[in-house]
Amino acid sequence: MTADKLRNTIINGLPCDHVEVVGDDGQHFEAVVVSPQFTGKNRVQQHQLVYLALGERMSAEIHALSMRTFTPDAWAQSAIK
Amino acid sequence: MNVQEKIRNQVTENSIVLYMKGTPQFPQCGFSGATVQILKACGVHDFTTVDVLADPAIRDGIKVYSNWPTVPQLYIKGEFVGGADIVRDMHQQGELQKLINSTVGL
Repeated sequence: MTADKLRNTIINGLPCDHVEVVGDDGQHFEAVVVSPQFTGKNRVQQHQLVYLALGERMSAEIHALSMRTFTPDAWAQSAIK
Repeated sequence: MNVQEKIRNQVTENSIVLYMKGTPQFPQCGFSGATVQILKACGVHDFTTVDVLADPAIRDGIKVYSNWPTVPQLYIKGEFVGGADIVRDMHQQGELQKLINSTVGL
């Protein structure tokens, strides 16, 4: 697993404005995902959409994925970008 | 009683329940250990924990119950609050403390 592959999998499964994935040891990754699909959903529902995009085959590796999700509005106001 | 009923009973009969790997004293995963520390930082010391490593049926069943693929999982008053990332974010933004205060009546 690479950060690029993980990023592509998320983008292919979920309409996103912005996706960042970092991690270079093949096991531990951190992701920031910005999607209009998150609007009106709570954090749990937002993360569930990303897990859905990642699919079952990646669930064994998801343990090492830490993520933060943002709606486009929340992302525009965020200080971390 | 099947495992889904067992989980439902656990999360509704206890106000704060953390499904984790290991125990608060000996967490077997960094994410589980960090979540325990956050709960303690919020002044919660008598929460219920379930070690999923000790029960394979619970370990698989909890992922189905919440439609969430990872452990730890925090439940407050029967509601799934989130995993390690969400608990950390809520703690940093003060939301977790508010939720806990309203739960334990502080």
